[in-house]
Amino acid sequence: MTVLLEIKEVSAGYNGLKALFGVSIQVNAGEAVAVIGPNGAGKTTLLRVISRLVAATEGSLVMEGLSYADLPAHEILALGIAHVPEGRRLFPRLTVLENLRLGAYITSARGQYEDRLAFVYSLFPRLRDRASQLTGTMSGGEQQMCAIGRALMSKPKLLLLDEPSAGLAPVMVQSMFEMIRQIRDAGFTVLIVEQNIQQVLKLVDRAYLLEAGQIRRCGGAAELLQSSEIRQAYLGVS
Amino acid sequence: MMQIFDIFLLEAVINGLMLGGLLALLALGLNLIFGVIEVVWICYAELIMVSMYSIWWLFKVIGVPLPIAMTGGLVFGCVIGYALHRFIIRPVLSAEPINQLLVTGGVLFFLQAAATVVFGIEYKNIGVNLPSLNIGEISLSWSRIIGFIVSIAAIAATYLFLNRTFLGTAIRAISQDRQVMPLIGVNAEKIYLLTSAVGGAMAALAACLLVLQYDLHPAVGLTFGPILFVICVLGGLGNLIGGFIAAFILAQIISIGGYFLQGEWGYVIAFGFFIVAMFVRPQGLFKR
Amino acid sequence: MIKKIGWLLLVILGTLPLLGLGSYPMHLLIVALLWSYIYTSWSIMGRLGLVSFGHSAFIGVGAYSVVMMWNLFGWSPWVGALVGIAVSLVIAFLIGWPCFRFKIVGNYFAMVTLALSEIVRLVIVAMREQTGGSLGMTPKAAVAEGSSYSILALQFSNKIVWFYVVMGFWLLGLFIWHKVDRSMSRLALEAIAEDEEAASSIGINISRTKMAITLLSALMTCIGGILYAQYQLYVNPQTVASLTVSLQIVFGAIAGGMFVMLGPTVGALLLLFLSESLRIVLGSQSQGVDQLIYGALLILFIIYMPKGILGTLLARFDQKPVRVHTSPTS
Repeated sequence: MTVLLEIKEVSAGYNGLKALFGVSIQVNAGEAVAVIGPNGAGKTTLLRVISRLVAATEGSLVMEGLSYADLPAHEILALGIAHVPEGRRLFPRLTVLENLRLGAYITSARGQYEDRLAFVYSLFPRLRDRASQLTGTMSGGEQQMCAIGRALMSKPKLLLLDEPSAGLAPVMVQSMFEMIRQIRDAGFTVLIVEQNIQQVLKLVDRAYLLEAGQIRRCGGAAELLQSSEIRQAYLGVS
Repeated sequence: MMQIFDIFLLEAVINGLMLGGLLALLALGLNLIFGVIEVVWICYAELIMVSMYSIWWLFKVIGVPLPIAMTGGLVFGCVIGYALHRFIIRPVLSAEPINQLLVTGGVLFFLQAAATVVFGIEYKNIGVNLPSLNIGEISLSWSRIIGFIVSIAAIAATYLFLNRTFLGTAIRAISQDRQVMPLIGVNAEKIYLLTSAVGGAMAALAACLLVLQYDLHPAVGLTFGPILFVICVLGGLGNLIGGFIAAFILAQIISIGGYFLQGEWGYVIAFGFFIVAMFVRPQGLFKR
Repeated sequence: MIKKIGWLLLVILGTLPLLGLGSYPMHLLIVALLWSYIYTSWSIMGRLGLVSFGHSAFIGVGAYSVVMMWNLFGWSPWVGALVGIAVSLVIAFLIGWPCFRFKIVGNYFAMVTLALSEIVRLVIVAMREQTGGSLGMTPKAAVAEGSSYSILALQFSNKIVWFYVVMGFWLLGLFIWHKVDRSMSRLALEAIAEDEEAASSIGINISRTKMAITLLSALMTCIGGILYAQYQLYVNPQTVASLTVSLQIVFGAIAGGMFVMLGPTVGALLLLFLSESLRIVLGSQSQGVDQLIYGALLILFIIYMPKGILGTLLARFDQKPVRVHTSPTS
C-alpha cells in the first residue's frame, strides 16, 4: 500500500477562529477514505487545507512524498489533487461541455482532452446527452455529475469530494453513491467528506471521525458502522 | 430635393454604422476587463489617446513606415494595459471599489497631462489622407470603411477566442465563479494580466484606426470616453453582447442626430436617450 | 485644545482682509475659500461612496445660468441663480434616481457623471450663439461710473466684500457638512457606503437618503458656480464645466481627506499651493505640469494614503477607532 497523501498535525482557521487542531490523516493509493462528523466539525476546512485554498498554520502536507505546504492553490491540480467543492460550483453560464473542458485546462491534461472526455462520458452518459446545456439550468444531481466529471478530466491521483450528496433528492443520493462506487472501481483514490454516514460507510474502506476540529476515531468502515458509539450519536440507533 | 435629402441621410446612417463598429470594439475591451477583473478602466479612452500619440511619434518623429508604427502602437498598448493592472490596479484590488475608480481616474488625469506636457496642445495629424469611396451621391471615406472592417474582424476574432480556446473559456468562467479557479489549476492573476494586456491592445487597435481619421490632441479621449461609458452601462456593464448592440444604437443616434442638428447635438441626444433608458431599465437594456 | 486653536485661526482669517493685503493675495484667498467650499460640497456625496466625476457640470450650470440670464434677458443674477439651481437639481435627479433605485451605484455613478460634465460642456459649446461657445462669456458690467457695486447685478469690485461673501459660504458649507455628518450618525453613513444591505436592515431608507444628499451637493456646488461667475466676471466652458475641473475636485477632496470636515479645504489649499508654485517656477509652461502632478499624486494617495493628508494625520492623534477604509485582507 503506497501512501499517497499524508497530513500531519495540521491546524488551520479563518479570521482568527481556529477550525482544525492538530489533524492527521493518511490516504493510500487506490483507497476510498471518508471523513465523517457533525456539522461545523471542520470537514470542509480540512479539504480546503489539503487543496491549499486555506493555509495551514501548523503541520505538514505531503503528497507522494513531496511536501507541498507552500504551494499556491492553483498548482495543486498539477500535483494530482482534484477538489470537487461543496455545492458543486460549476460555471452556470457555461455548457456542460465547456465546464468539462475547463477540467482539462492544465497543460498536462490538454493533450489527452479527447480521451479524458470519452472516459467521463462513459462514466456519466447523461452528460453527453446534455453536453450543450447550460449547467445553471440542470438539476442538482446532474450538476454533481458534471462537477465530478470536471474533476476527473485531469485524471487526478486523488479525488477530494466535499459533501457530494448535499442538497440532493433522496432518489439521487442513492445513484450518487453508486457513481462514486463506479469511480472507485475504475481505480481512482477518493477522499470523501460526508454527512450521510450510513451511505458513505458502506462505500469506503476506512473513515476518520472529525469532531470539533479533532480526529476522534479512525478505522475500517465496517468496524465503524458497527460501533455503538457511532450508531448512537449519528445514526440514532440505540 | 427629396432625393438628395434621403441620400445624405443614408450617408449619415452608413457613417453611423461604421462609427458603431469602432465603438463596439472599444466597448468590447472595456466590458472584457470589467467582466474579468471587475474594475472599470475610467482611463480607457486615454489609453487610446496615448497609443495614438505613440503611433504618431514613431511615424512622424522617428520616421518609421506606418505599418511598423502601428505595430509599435499595438505593442505599446499591450504594455500599457499590462502595466496599468500590475502597478496601479493590483495594489488596490482588495480595497473598496471606489478606490479602483479613483485610481483609474488619476491615470486619466495623468495621461492627459503627460500628453500635454510632452506633445503640446496643438492639433497633430499623421498626414495620411485616404481617398473616399463615391457611390452615386454618397461619399464614404476609406479610412472609416477600413476602420469598420478591422473592428468587426477584431470582434469576430475575440468571439472565436473566447468560445473556442481553453484560455478564452477560462476567461469567460472567471467572471462567473472566481473562487473556484484555483481548483481548475487556473492562476487568476495571470488571467488578469493577460486580459489587461488584451484590453490595452484593443485600445491600441482602435488608435490605429482613429489615427487615420482624426487629429491628435491630448483631450481626444474626451470625445470617446464619455460616450463609451454610456454605451457600456446601457448594454449592461460586463455584458459583451449588450455592449455590442448598444454601441450601434448609440452610434446611429449620434450620427443621425448630428445630421439633423449641428454636430455636437448628436452626442447630447444620445446622452438624453441614455437617461431615458436608465429610467426605464436601470440595469441596462440587456440582462447579463 | 484643538477647538480653541481652530476658533483662533478663524478669527485671524476673518481679520486678514483688513490688513490691507494686495489685490493678488486677496484674489488667492478668495479663490482658495471658494474652491474649498466646492470641494466640501462634493465630499458630502463622496464619503457616501457616491463618487461624482462630473461635479463641474453643476458649476457650469450655475455660472452660465446667471451670466446668460443677465446678458440675454436682463434678469438679475438673483433670479438667474434660481434658474441655475433648478436646472442643477433636475440634472442631479435625472442622474441619481435610476441608480439609487437599483443598487448599481459605484461604477455606474462614476461613469455617468464623467459623461455628465462633458455633456454640459458640449451643450454650452453647441449653444454658441447664446453662450459665446469656447470663447466664453462676460456678464455685462452693471457697475456705474464711480460706484463700486451693484447688488441687483450681484457685482462688487471690492475684493474685501467678496472675501467675506465667500468665507461665509465656506463656513456654511462646513456647517452643512457637519450637520449631515451628525444627523445620520457617522456609522450609518459609512454603513451605507460599505454595505447597503446591512444598512437597510437597520431601517435607513437608502435611496431617499442618497437622493437627498445628491441634490444637496448639486445645489451647493451650483451656488459655487454662481459665486465664481459673479466674482471672476468671465466664464468659459473649459474653466467651469470640464472633466479636468471635475477631476481636480475629486483629487483635492481625496488628497485632503474626504472623511474629515476640513479635509477638502486642506486639499484645495494644497492644489492652489501646487499650481501657484509651479506657475512661479515654470512660468507659462506650467499648464500641463500641475495636472501631471495631480494625477500622479492622486494615484499615489489612493494606493498609499486613502484617507488623505488630514485624515491620516488625525488618525494618528485620534485614539477612537477611526474608520479604516481598506479591507481586512489588505
